[in-house]
Amino acid sequence: MTSDLIGWFADLTLADRPSVGGKGGSLGELTRAGIAVPGGFVVRTAAFEAFIGELERSGSLRARVEALAAEDLDAITALSSELVARVQQVPLPDVLRAALAEAHGKLCAVDAGSPLAVRSSATTEDAEDASFAGLQDTYLWVMGSAEVERQVRSCWASLYSVPSISYRRRQGLPEAGVAMAVVVQRMVDARCAGVMFTRSPTSGDRSVIVIEGAWGLGSAVVSGEVTPDRFVMGKITGEITVREIRDKHVRHVPLAGGGTAEQETPAELREVPCLSDEQLQQLRDVARRIEKHYGRPQDIEWAFDQEGTLRILQSRPETVWSAREAAPVAAVKDNPLHHVMSIFGGRN
Amino acid sequence: MSKAFPLPSSLKVVPGTERAQAAYPYYMQFGPEDDQRFWFYNSMHFPEPMHAFDSVTGEAAYCALGAANTRVHCLPTTKGIDERIINGRVYIGGIGVTDPAEIKERTDEFVQRAFYYYENWEKLYADWKLKMRTLIEDAQKLPPLDLPKYEPLENVRAGRGIASNHWLLDTYQKTLEGYFRMWHHHFEFLLLGYGAYLTFFGFCKKAFPEISDQSIARMVAGMEAEIFRPDEELRRLARVAVQLGVESPFQEGVPVQTVLESLKDLGAQGQKWLDELETSRNPWFNVNVGDGFYHYHRSWNDDLSLPFSALPSYIRQVKAGDSLERPVNQLLEERVQLIADYRELLGTDQDRAAFDQMIALAHRVFPYVEGHKFYCEHWYTNLFFNKIREFGRLLAGHGFFAKEEDVFHLTHYELKSAIVDLMQSWSAGSPPRGPAHWPALVAERKAAIQAWAKHDTPPALGPVPEIIDDPAIVMLWGITRESLDAWLSAESAGETKELKGFAASRGVVEGTARIVKSVDEISRLRDGDILVCQVTNPTWSPIFRKIAAAVSDIGGSMSHAAIVAREYGLPAVVGTGTATRRIRDGQRIRVDGGRGIVTLLD
Repeated sequence: MTSDLIGWFADLTLADRPSVGGKGGSLGELTRAGIAVPGGFVVRTAAFEAFIGELERSGSLRARVEALAAEDLDAITALSSELVARVQQVPLPDVLRAALAEAHGKLCAVDAGSPLAVRSSATTEDAEDASFAGLQDTYLWVMGSAEVERQVRSCWASLYSVPSISYRRRQGLPEAGVAMAVVVQRMVDARCAGVMFTRSPTSGDRSVIVIEGAWGLGSAVVSGEVTPDRFVMGKITGEITVREIRDKHVRHVPLAGGGTAEQETPAELREVPCLSDEQLQQLRDVARRIEKHYGRPQDIEWAFDQEGTLRILQSRPETVWSAREAAPVAAVKDNPLHHVMSIFGGRN
Repeated sequence: MSKAFPLPSSLKVVPGTERAQAAYPYYMQFGPEDDQRFWFYNSMHFPEPMHAFDSVTGEAAYCALGAANTRVHCLPTTKGIDERIINGRVYIGGIGVTDPAEIKERTDEFVQRAFYYYENWEKLYADWKLKMRTLIEDAQKLPPLDLPKYEPLENVRAGRGIASNHWLLDTYQKTLEGYFRMWHHHFEFLLLGYGAYLTFFGFCKKAFPEISDQSIARMVAGMEAEIFRPDEELRRLARVAVQLGVESPFQEGVPVQTVLESLKDLGAQGQKWLDELETSRNPWFNVNVGDGFYHYHRSWNDDLSLPFSALPSYIRQVKAGDSLERPVNQLLEERVQLIADYRELLGTDQDRAAFDQMIALAHRVFPYVEGHKFYCEHWYTNLFFNKIREFGRLLAGHGFFAKEEDVFHLTHYELKSAIVDLMQSWSAGSPPRGPAHWPALVAERKAAIQAWAKHDTPPALGPVPEIIDDPAIVMLWGITRESLDAWLSAESAGETKELKGFAASRGVVEGTARIVKSVDEISRLRDGDILVCQVTNPTWSPIFRKIAAAVSDIGGSMSHAAIVAREYGLPAVVGTGTATRRIRDGQRIRVDGGRGIVTLLD
């Protein structure tokens, strides 16, 4: 059940971003829009606040961070290692521990060992801020309640990493506003996965969808460890105009005991397209629905599981081309016939 | 780096064919001054060596194209097209206008002339169809060729005065004159139509840099164009056969003659179907199995085996409950939706307003762009070549050469001389001179055509222009500075495993290539084969049901083949330039119709 501490995707929208972060809000929004998102919940910022409150009781924390000088790397490093250790070790308040265990139990009702992804979900909306070190942590194939708790703490602890503290000190950001939500989501055992753009990253063309994918978990594509297959499709027509099939030499796969590993792709798969035409059409359909829902171009992470079911893992608004001023392609003419002079009038 | 193709003067006539080369009119022969200019091989329209007579098509077409561009509509930056033939290959060169003062002068003329056409397009096009119908009727009314032993008595008593031999000349000159006239009609609207379409095309390419050519074509393509009718008639005949219960004679592999006789044996119902066939044939079977530029691109009417080969499978589909009707309303709704969807993606209201203006004009001109070919390249051309064939039959009957088809080894000037020879012989009562003159020349020219067909020819000749700013060349042949650079590098790159062409219809298919050089070879196609041919043509569409994909040497994104292939949901790559030469019969190939790439797999 959704509470101050835990928010289930089905209960969240983008409006909840202050308490569930950008990722959490987006996953909630997608779920509510009927997009097939793997189930999950968000450990809200209130949970983080409750935990920090617990830490503050056994010794000042935020005040000490704020007192650091941005250029004093030694002091930052020393405090960082102390705080990271405390975040990872100090017991959670009972109410928090119970809430997390209950949510985990509900998400993994069938099998308590179901693999999950634990991902930090920054509350800041600014893309540049969001990309600074520490706020992008993702832990894959996390199994069992205790491991989930450990990785939630890891996400929180990343706020007190050296680069993270340094960044805030340089920016002079108040520590009181620093908070983090954490997404806990069912893991997709991806046969193939990747990203797609509802606007061409290279030309800004809004009439195409560009899809990149490779074998295994999407982390191999996102991290750039494999050169993915690349497809360009007409957004409206569905025609596949570009197919670049690459040598996908590695793939990310889950480990039996939890976590993931990079593995050499079996030879017979390396140069085989990772997506069929039907799957490409499925991706197009869902990309159009998501773009329509948000009313603007999106960058989307997707995965097909071993059974061939498509899941959407993330959707973010496209920012590069959308930030540019769109100059009209052609002016309206008083006499429409003058348009033909672009063909007949020569280069001038 | 200076890049150039071989100079015209460096091209040698294939040894042993010098006399056949000399048969083409003097104004089609390359001269020393032609080395200064850029020429390209018009493989799009003339992929095979020209028979001496067939060169009339280039002559008549370029006379009309040039007149329209240079003097009628006054295109600002271009005039007409010059033509040369060597080794049977047609090279053409555009005449650009570069002087700014002349461009300005011509622009003022163009606006008064072309804009009048655009403003009155529907009326002028309706008039155009009437003019074409009249022209066709005139050609159909030309009398049969006859040289009776004695002038018929009724002619004498009617005081006709002019004897039968004269009508040969009269009919020949009218036949030839009609063909030249038809080409004027052909080009009356063509450049203006293509220009309006390409205006919209260019806008889409700017607004949507990665949009495919076929998506743009689908926003503009018409639904009721004449070029779809022949296949629709065939489907209708399949429905009629089932309604009348006379479907049993239509079996795969049964000769047309046998089918026709079986139908007659079926009595009244069979006769009803044959009557329906006659209705469909006139005029809709006047479609050539090629682009109509060669005399041997015969029509369905001349050879029923092609349309009949499609009937058994159409009949099976009708019996299985498929009406085979084109869902015109549905296609129309899809087009409306497609346009609305692309429009919505535009970034500004200004763009949406400009888009509306341009697509409205494209829609107005497109019925002509799609429709004219049926009247010109198919119906009229078919009448024309068949009339010439009639002269061939007459001359062969008088021993001028062995077979009626041999007449196409004479130029149209030579044919006139042969006709006059026969006229004189009939009037003098002495034998004609032709039988001693033509057979050797015909044999020589037959051999030359075969020699030339085996002989590759460069895609272009002479210095490469800095820019190609000639809308006619760009529109009709798709030739740009970029494509010339690609040709130049292909010349030096040697063999690759890939052929590139126009992405005509999307989809990826792997299969066995079947090289089909003429309609006679169509029966070699097996289910699932990939058709590899010189031209794909909508009149071949019945066989599109059998094949998995189509690849052609010639054809562009404007070609009907692209439109029909899409309708059949078949991957197609057209305009590869070399597919029938590079691909072996039986070779495994992959056709990627979305990217316009054919890959040789073994």
